[in-house]
Amino acid sequence: MVTLENISKTYNEGALTAVDKVSFEVKKGELFGLIGPDGAGKTSIFRMLTTVLLPDGGNASVNGLDVVTGYKEIRKQVGYMPGKFSLYQDLTVEENLNFFATLFNTTVKENYDLIKEIYVQIEPFKTRKAGKLSGGMKQKLALCCALIHRPTVLFLDEPTTGVDTVSRKEFWDMLKRLKVQGITILVSTPYMDEATLCERIALIQSGKIMSIDTPAAIIKAYPEPLFAVKSEKMSVLLQDLRKQESVKSCFAFGEYHHLTFQENSPEVQPSLRKNLEKLGHAAIELKEITPTIEDCFIQLMNH
Amino acid sequence: MRTLLFLLRKEFKQIFRNKSLLPMIFAMPMIQLLVMPLAADYEIKNINISIVDHDRSPYSQQLISKITASGYFVLADFGDSFDAAFQQIEEEKSDLILEIPEGFERNLVRENREKLFIAVNAINGTKASLGGAYLNQIIQNYNAEVRLDWIDPYRYNPIPQIEVASSNWFNPFMNYRFFMVPGILVFLVTMVGAYMSALNIVKEKEIGTIEQINVTPIKKYQFILGKLIPFWIIGIIIFSIGLFFVARIVYGIVPMGSIFLLYGFLAIYLVALLGVGLLISTYSDTQQQAMSVAFFIMMIFLLMSGLFTPIESMPGWAKVIAYSNPVSYFIEVMRMVVLKGSGFQDISKYFLIMIGFAAFFNTWAILKYRKTS
Repeated sequence: MVTLENISKTYNEGALTAVDKVSFEVKKGELFGLIGPDGAGKTSIFRMLTTVLLPDGGNASVNGLDVVTGYKEIRKQVGYMPGKFSLYQDLTVEENLNFFATLFNTTVKENYDLIKEIYVQIEPFKTRKAGKLSGGMKQKLALCCALIHRPTVLFLDEPTTGVDTVSRKEFWDMLKRLKVQGITILVSTPYMDEATLCERIALIQSGKIMSIDTPAAIIKAYPEPLFAVKSEKMSVLLQDLRKQESVKSCFAFGEYHHLTFQENSPEVQPSLRKNLEKLGHAAIELKEITPTIEDCFIQLMNH
Repeated sequence: MRTLLFLLRKEFKQIFRNKSLLPMIFAMPMIQLLVMPLAADYEIKNINISIVDHDRSPYSQQLISKITASGYFVLADFGDSFDAAFQQIEEEKSDLILEIPEGFERNLVRENREKLFIAVNAINGTKASLGGAYLNQIIQNYNAEVRLDWIDPYRYNPIPQIEVASSNWFNPFMNYRFFMVPGILVFLVTMVGAYMSALNIVKEKEIGTIEQINVTPIKKYQFILGKLIPFWIIGIIIFSIGLFFVARIVYGIVPMGSIFLLYGFLAIYLVALLGVGLLISTYSDTQQQAMSVAFFIMMIFLLMSGLFTPIESMPGWAKVIAYSNPVSYFIEVMRMVVLKGSGFQDISKYFLIMIGFAAFFNTWAILKYRKTS
């Protein structure tokens, strides 16, 4: 459905490479996530796929149509929700929806079944101006506007950035229901915890794809055992751990520090514990854990 | 067609919802049209004069009363010291000094000649040159009267004289408002049209709505027409209010020529002008940038349009700019049709030029406008 082959984009006359020979494929009806930090090139990829930005190299196609030559057709078939709220703030909810329906030569009535579930949540505010809506409601409206012409491919650029946890969860539930309707969804996010909600993900950093697979497979591919450590003085612990010869890498990770060892022999754990106790750490907790996508991302980034 | 109508509806909704834009579009031009012609007055009155009279004779008294009775001058100071009078100029209390020498009457009677001294404060050039000219005229009149008193018309042959009687065509009373108001109306239509159209499209860029619009199958021409038509209509409305309400009711200006001809020209002029606005918006990314560029271009367009100073008296290079400026032609056509009653034959040349401008600016803007970057 969506194919990218060695697609590149540079800015400032080649001085800045935003997207560096990226290739991946999204299958029909798939919920595909593009995961990476800010500035990784996610928005540039989305803008090229939605035909508003011309690639500097490589090919990309959406629904079998080339993004450069077939842009007119693509624009009729895809839905795009930019990262920044891009609806008319001085028009009401209803007016925005009607406006975008008209631009696609359709009516709200014709495709109401597709947006119904989302729209009923904002319907009580339909006479309110879009600029006066809350963040979560703005995003629901933007999704309705992107869906109003029944697109076959939906591009959502960081839809959950700046949205509260409850609304984020609701949003992902909505996406799953849309997937059932057979819509191919490409979503980008800087939140690693959202990666597991996608069917397949691509991890992207500095314009390069580091890994593409299902979230489970990416976690499975983590090359070595991962441990979590905790003690009473966390910041001192991090510095002490990094000084240990047996420790390969160590990162602060919420409540725990995640670490890997140079060698994974059975005695490496007790000896680390002993060393830490010698350094004056109390209440040490050390356990092996299953890596998260974020661990995988950090591991890939460092290699 | 349905898409275009919808775009227009959306555009008007946004304009009418904007609480600060609407008064700006309609009230401001009207207020300016009421205020500016009153201030942009070429006739200079109330020139302050200091008279230094060393003679204090009946003749000098006669001259002084003639000057003060003219209506142009206000006697700011009367004394017998030039230095004191000069002090008045330095303090900006006075614009002119007239010094009447001692023995003015005696010399005039005995020697048949006498000299007067006029000193003019030339900081305000217009006031100085006009004030000096008025004063000279009054003194010459006075001189002629003195001579008439002395010469007995029956005993001597009259001195041959050429007398010039002039009449002012198209504006018999030389009412500068008839000249300025149509020009200022053009000025206002131009400002509102160019600024609003330039800022409107850039606003979509700045807010990001253009990103959403660009991924829709909307045609380029639909989007551009959707942006230009509202301001074309607003331009015509402003012009109509200015022409029928302010110019006719307040200033009593009734166009001598055809109203349809004026509107025909206005229609094409607005297309050219909105093309300029569109062009500015395609080159700008933020409203601030667009505003600065529009301000720069409008300053040149307006000051070099022949509104305030005649194009014919500009230096060669300035004439080139003035003649490549659409505003000049509209001001010219306005004055020709409103004051002179020119017909289509007289201004057909300007029609062609304006169509050229409209085609040039719009083609450039449309070629430059891209939905894809």
